[in-house]
Amino acid sequence: MSSFSPGLKFSQGMLSRTILYEGHQSLNARMMAFGGWEMPVQYSGIIDEHLAVRKACGLFDISHMGEFEISGEDAGGFVNRVLTNDASRLSVGEGQYSILCNDEGGTIDDLYVFRLATTRYLWVVNATRIASVGSWVDRLRAGSDLMEVEVLDRSAHWSALALQGPRVIEFVNAVVAGPSEGGSAVAAVTDLAKNQIGLFRFGDEPIWVSRTGYTGEDGFELLIDGGHVEALWGQLQSQGHVACLQPVGLGARDTLRTEMGYPLYGHELSESISPLEAGLGCFVKLEKGEFVGRDALLRQQSAGLQRHSIAFRMTGKSPPPRPDYKVWLGDQALGVTTSGSVSPSLKTGIGMALVSVNFPKSGGAFEIEIRGRRYGAISVRKPLYKDAAS
Amino acid sequence: MSANIPNELRYAKSHEWIRIDESVATVGISDHAQAELTELVFVELPEVGREVEQEEACAVVESVKTASDIYAPLSGTIVAVNEPVAENAGLVNDEPYKGGWLFEIKISDPDELSGLLTAEQYLESISG
Repeated sequence: MSSFSPGLKFSQGMLSRTILYEGHQSLNARMMAFGGWEMPVQYSGIIDEHLAVRKACGLFDISHMGEFEISGEDAGGFVNRVLTNDASRLSVGEGQYSILCNDEGGTIDDLYVFRLATTRYLWVVNATRIASVGSWVDRLRAGSDLMEVEVLDRSAHWSALALQGPRVIEFVNAVVAGPSEGGSAVAAVTDLAKNQIGLFRFGDEPIWVSRTGYTGEDGFELLIDGGHVEALWGQLQSQGHVACLQPVGLGARDTLRTEMGYPLYGHELSESISPLEAGLGCFVKLEKGEFVGRDALLRQQSAGLQRHSIAFRMTGKSPPPRPDYKVWLGDQALGVTTSGSVSPSLKTGIGMALVSVNFPKSGGAFEIEIRGRRYGAISVRKPLYKDAAS
Repeated sequence: MSANIPNELRYAKSHEWIRIDESVATVGISDHAQAELTELVFVELPEVGREVEQEEACAVVESVKTASDIYAPLSGTIVAVNEPVAENAGLVNDEPYKGGWLFEIKISDPDELSGLLTAEQYLESISG
């Protein structure tokens, strides 16, 4: 078992720690390196935490994620000019999933954009992509005729938690009080609709709460000044007791999102994979007018896509599929898996792959090579797990 | 270190345990290893009859997160495998030294035995 390494693998240099690091340790979390951060991969166990989120609820430290604020008179115009989704549809207090492309149509990052106020937007970006988003947006802003735009990387200021699962609505209002003071105007956190965001209070402290997540379940994501995140984490843990709240690590975060067929940057998306190839065409509004990467994406579309992201499940007993396994159709090498795992909900191997054949959305049979042997798989329409709330 | 490391067994640095019964070695993974690997969801066993060299990868255990090779701690021929763990990988977590054994090797080179670790030496190797 030489590949087995107790403890943490340090990649290069020091890893960053979130403010909650010691809290995770006191919960006996197993830590892992992820995108330059030392993060909890699991507490009680990946399968247990996964099922807790599907059946009750879970609490995730996602403070490693990045936040950018874009403000100024031209903020709305700029945001819509650089992202693929139609940000002009956002009212104050609304958010949407979107993509930041490069000029070739490849993906700089996938992100959530929220309209916090008339001329103020928030992007929540992947931890691994903060620097790349920052430098690309600086270049786009420098080259833009939209002058009244300020872009601030607020990643060091904000800490973020995700509260996910059908039972979070039982106690979230007891921790974060309404009514909202900004963003969406609601009486209580649980009055937020899907993709809405509001500014509330945790004690005296401002806190942004959105009804979003990366699990497929109902839930919220909370942004608070890092100086108050430990108190928030503690309050959620104690109030969440009534709803069987459990801390959940990145391991279950990955299996939960894989069951939904949600992309993970570096797997389904990269600077050389376009959102169209990744199957995210519904978040690319080619008809909305000029935006970064549009010309390249239009060319891709008219020439026909060379690669397609598909979701699949294994059809028989097999080892768990994992990223970078070869995909075959007879003698033809079709591409590679991009994500893969055992689905704790479905108790079978599932994943996503980037392939050169336009398979039917469901029912297309192929094979995945695992350690020199081939195992049967079948394309499945996303989400792979169909009983989630959203 | 709270891991259970039975005295009567021998160990490999790569975390396999070995129970010697005349010329046959039964092999599994240590309690420490199963705890570090976390909940196992899949075990791939070698074929009976396969000849293996010492330190050759010959089985795989997989958690939700990772796949890890298991190495033959001694050279020889695989003479038996524990089919129940292929059906229920959790046996390796629950009973690493009993129902969770992986395979048996008919030893071809008894000289290799002297290189295996005692329980005390293995404890030292994982305490560093």
